[in-house]
Amino acid sequence: MSDYNFAYLDEQTKRMIRRAILKGLAVPGYQVPFASREMPMPYGWGTGGVQVSAAVLCPEDTMKVIDQGADDTTNAVSIRKFFEKTAEVATTETTKEADVIQTRHRIPEQDLREDQILVYQVPIPEPLRFLEPSEVETRKMHALEEYGLMHVKLYEDIARNGAIATSYAYPVKVEGRYVMDPSPIPKFDNPKLEMAAVQLFGAGREQRIYALPPYTQVVSLDFEDHPFDPSKADHPCGLCGSEDSYLDEVIMDDSGSRMFVCSDTDYCQSRRAAGHVGHQGVPFEEVSA
Amino acid sequence: MQTLTQTLAQTPTLSGGFTEAPQQSARAFRAVMNVMARPGMIETLDLALPPAPLSVAAGTLALTLLDHNTPVYLAGKWDCAAVRDWLTFHTSAPFATAEEADFAFGDWDALQPVSAYRIGTPEYPDRSATLVVEMTALSNTGAILTGPGIKDSAQLSLPDVAAARANTALFPLGYDLFLCAGDQLAALPRSTKVRTV
Repeated sequence: MSDYNFAYLDEQTKRMIRRAILKGLAVPGYQVPFASREMPMPYGWGTGGVQVSAAVLCPEDTMKVIDQGADDTTNAVSIRKFFEKTAEVATTETTKEADVIQTRHRIPEQDLREDQILVYQVPIPEPLRFLEPSEVETRKMHALEEYGLMHVKLYEDIARNGAIATSYAYPVKVEGRYVMDPSPIPKFDNPKLEMAAVQLFGAGREQRIYALPPYTQVVSLDFEDHPFDPSKADHPCGLCGSEDSYLDEVIMDDSGSRMFVCSDTDYCQSRRAAGHVGHQGVPFEEVSA
Repeated sequence: MQTLTQTLAQTPTLSGGFTEAPQQSARAFRAVMNVMARPGMIETLDLALPPAPLSVAAGTLALTLLDHNTPVYLAGKWDCAAVRDWLTFHTSAPFATAEEADFAFGDWDALQPVSAYRIGTPEYPDRSATLVVEMTALSNTGAILTGPGIKDSAQLSLPDVAAARANTALFPLGYDLFLCAGDQLAALPRSTKVRTV
């Protein structure tokens, strides 16, 4: 028996979050205000995602937590332990075994199924915030569908750099209505936003929840003569040799040698377990306990 | 042997609620979220035993989502002492008029006119009512649904196709529907486009 209420939050808070999730699903891409609670971790460490996960977790669920695609980084490990302790749910590092996946800044490489839920940690939910600091004004802009400023920003990118330089948190338009911040995922992940799973976005400090029902139309903003390009580093993974996964660049020593590896650790490991070996990798060996 | 209906008719105010609220409300919400995220999907929701005429699905939904922050409107014969007392004891939700309500319970005829309910504002479309419509049956027949949450198209027996189309035309404003029949639950959010066969 845990000393915590199931999944940490009190029932009234969960009801409030659940009602916000339902309105978010009914109006895809619209940011629903919610009364975000103080959590036992600092803002910026996924308090929004944690509250959304706490409101959707069932006792029977298996949970996975990733940070930039990795299961073994500080943020992912601490949130996974948080739910092991407060909800007593099973956890996994394997994408296809998870019912609820909480993510910081990546979408898993493996396609998600209809019965899975992807919960995003969102730092700044308002895509127009860096263009217009006033909440009153950005709310009015969403109400009037006044998104010209966002196109001006992308145009200025092209004018200065010759291409759209925004490489993460790339703005999208949902069902032809709301412009939405997909959280700081790389733009490589943007095409995956149209998926079979339910996607929920939680911003704790900014007190917003928004959602994408399965198969919702999500279009990355672009121009006819500068179409959206979901680019990634032009290398194969050094460990598993994958040509089509999103890569992290890792500096190896003081003389500047580097390698590119999959950011999705579960994807990379399962490929290596299946016998794929990259040019800097070694054959996979099952770690014995 | 008592039938389910007889049992329901005798449910006193204090019973019929969740026996382990955190776990049961979590499981109930999963079904509620699934139907709202996937219009046309029908799920079973049978974790509470509310007094008639409240259905099992509508009663479980009420326990999952209502509390002192959610004004409730009871329409027609749903506005009776048994339902009022049961909701008050288990949720402490205040009762309100159709114009002020966050949630409204009743069959489609009793819930009329739908123009009474809040549809949100352009700045805050979430400040809108959720209608919990009691039906005699639910099936994947009738109106064709497309839109967010639906892969190609889905079919659902809706109470009123013309009203649903008028509601969708208000998007992003509008009310959202839950449809209940016994322990079956489906939903029709304002984002769903509806056409007849």
